[in-house]
Amino acid sequence: MPDLEIVVCMKVVPKSEEVRVDTETLLLERTGVRSEINPPDMNALEMALTLKDDQPARISILSMGPPFFEPVLRVGLAMGAERFFLMSDREFAGADTLATTYTLAQGIGKIGKFDLILCGEESADGATGQVPPGLAEWLDLPQVTLATELSVDQKKRIARVRREIKGGYEIHEVKLPTVISVKTASNEPRFIDFHRKLWAFEEAEVVIWSHADVDVEHGYIGLTGSPTVVAGLREAEVRERRKEFLRGSPEEVAKEIAKRLRGILN
Amino acid sequence: MVASLYAPSEAKKALWVFLEIEGGDFAGVSIELLSKGRDLAGKAGWTVCGLLLGNDVSDLANQAYSYGADEVWLIDHPLLGEFDVCGYSHVTMQAIKVGKPSVFLLGATPNGRDLAGRLAVRLRTGLNADCTDLILDEDRGVLISEVTGFGGGVIALLESAEHCPQMSTVRPGVFVANEPEDNRQGELVNMKVKLKKADIRSTVVERHVGEGVDLTQAPVLICGGRGIDGDFEILRELAALVDGEVGATRPPVDEGHIERERQVGQTGVVCRPKVALNFGISGAFHFIVGIQDAETIIAINTDPEAPIFEHADYCIVENAHKILPELIKVLRRERESIHA
Repeated sequence: MPDLEIVVCMKVVPKSEEVRVDTETLLLERTGVRSEINPPDMNALEMALTLKDDQPARISILSMGPPFFEPVLRVGLAMGAERFFLMSDREFAGADTLATTYTLAQGIGKIGKFDLILCGEESADGATGQVPPGLAEWLDLPQVTLATELSVDQKKRIARVRREIKGGYEIHEVKLPTVISVKTASNEPRFIDFHRKLWAFEEAEVVIWSHADVDVEHGYIGLTGSPTVVAGLREAEVRERRKEFLRGSPEEVAKEIAKRLRGILN
Repeated sequence: MVASLYAPSEAKKALWVFLEIEGGDFAGVSIELLSKGRDLAGKAGWTVCGLLLGNDVSDLANQAYSYGADEVWLIDHPLLGEFDVCGYSHVTMQAIKVGKPSVFLLGATPNGRDLAGRLAVRLRTGLNADCTDLILDEDRGVLISEVTGFGGGVIALLESAEHCPQMSTVRPGVFVANEPEDNRQGELVNMKVKLKKADIRSTVVERHVGEGVDLTQAPVLICGGRGIDGDFEILRELAALVDGEVGATRPPVDEGHIERERQVGQTGVVCRPKVALNFGISGAFHFIVGIQDAETIIAINTDPEAPIFEHADYCIVENAHKILPELIKVLRRERESIHA
């Protein structure tokens, strides 16, 4: 049986705790902010690697973003992925969900054969989780989102997915190929494999594609291909609060809190 | 530019809401969206339509009218008993092609997001996800969606004026449900669709649903952050005394001290309790987003400079571990004196 072909979509985001907003321009202050692999994407990669622990598989990382994504995402190769494709071109920039999913789908088409596409649940900077279903739609594939466990029966060409829902879970069965988004923090991403380090960070060849390398229609990519327009920015209104400090011993303060709770709740 | 399936000029002055069913009833967020939709459409003179999908669900239409739907577009089909995103997308698409709404709103629930993400691509339109407010610009017929920027602090106003339908998702708890008008009437539009077994592409072979928590409806929210060092037991004890629910910031959730469904904030649940008590929470903006609509905010933190105090009505500079046992003692005494 052929090896399982897995594509993992990954991106790089600024570290959320370091991002500040410039109060005058209302733009993100990115200077001095460090980058990291989007944490949910690490869970997606780990899920792919867990599959590969048990069956022959080849893992390809696919990303869309500026050239500095390359050194950051090589970590994925060191963890166990075989290939890394980076779609990097100014023409791709400014993409909303529609343009992003289109571009990634065309990249996947260029990679060729695949059985599974794994994505993180959402990106730390967009946090909307709309890429996995959008990608599945462009590729005309089924999808299961918020997966916490995944097993694949290559012979029957079926993936069995545990999906988190409110207050519980469902087990889905879906035909391959399929798109799966992985629930954030559903696994513990492994450390890099020391033996792969030299290859991953220095020797491995990363495939970098510009818009000319992939079959994309100009009107569908980047800012041009994005129906969503930012019409304005404003500072978030902060509701004025009393900011009254209650002082005293813990016992006295506790009584003060209880008194106020009574007032509010009765 | 990509053209949407139909142009804004062809669109009807109709605002559609996807009516999600949860355990035989409408999901709270669907009622919240109908209520908000009613307010927006009422001013603009638009029609509010609820899109109701399922197997033998026509009984729910009256409830949709009572919360503000003028019309319910019903797609009743044996294959729609279970939510399957491919099947649901397939039939919703057929309804949209007929109804040509200007605006289509869905709850940002797992299923709502799945459906919205697929449909936006199929319709070649924009999708504004996790909106914190919606405004309808009547003159232009444009929906303006407010979303909170990365890290918070900034609100971005998004629109997709050149594409239809203008789609947005909103998380549960962001809008408030109106009081139902029991005698409100509406019109049922019974849609006949093409749907076959092959259109359903994933099968649910098992489902386990325990007692889910709904923090969005809790009148009292007791939240813990890093400063409580994983001791959520004592917060649960306090919550039991005031009929509250326990919530948390992201770090204790990531560290496994508490279930993820109790995470409050931008990537968690947005709540609007009467009172939010915050123990050992510094107050990063992405957390504040989840409690800022509380009527009253009480914060306990050792650091007098903690940002949470900027967002609190009552501020206590103290170690949460010292206040909690005392507060529990006082409340317990109070309770006993009432029952005595």
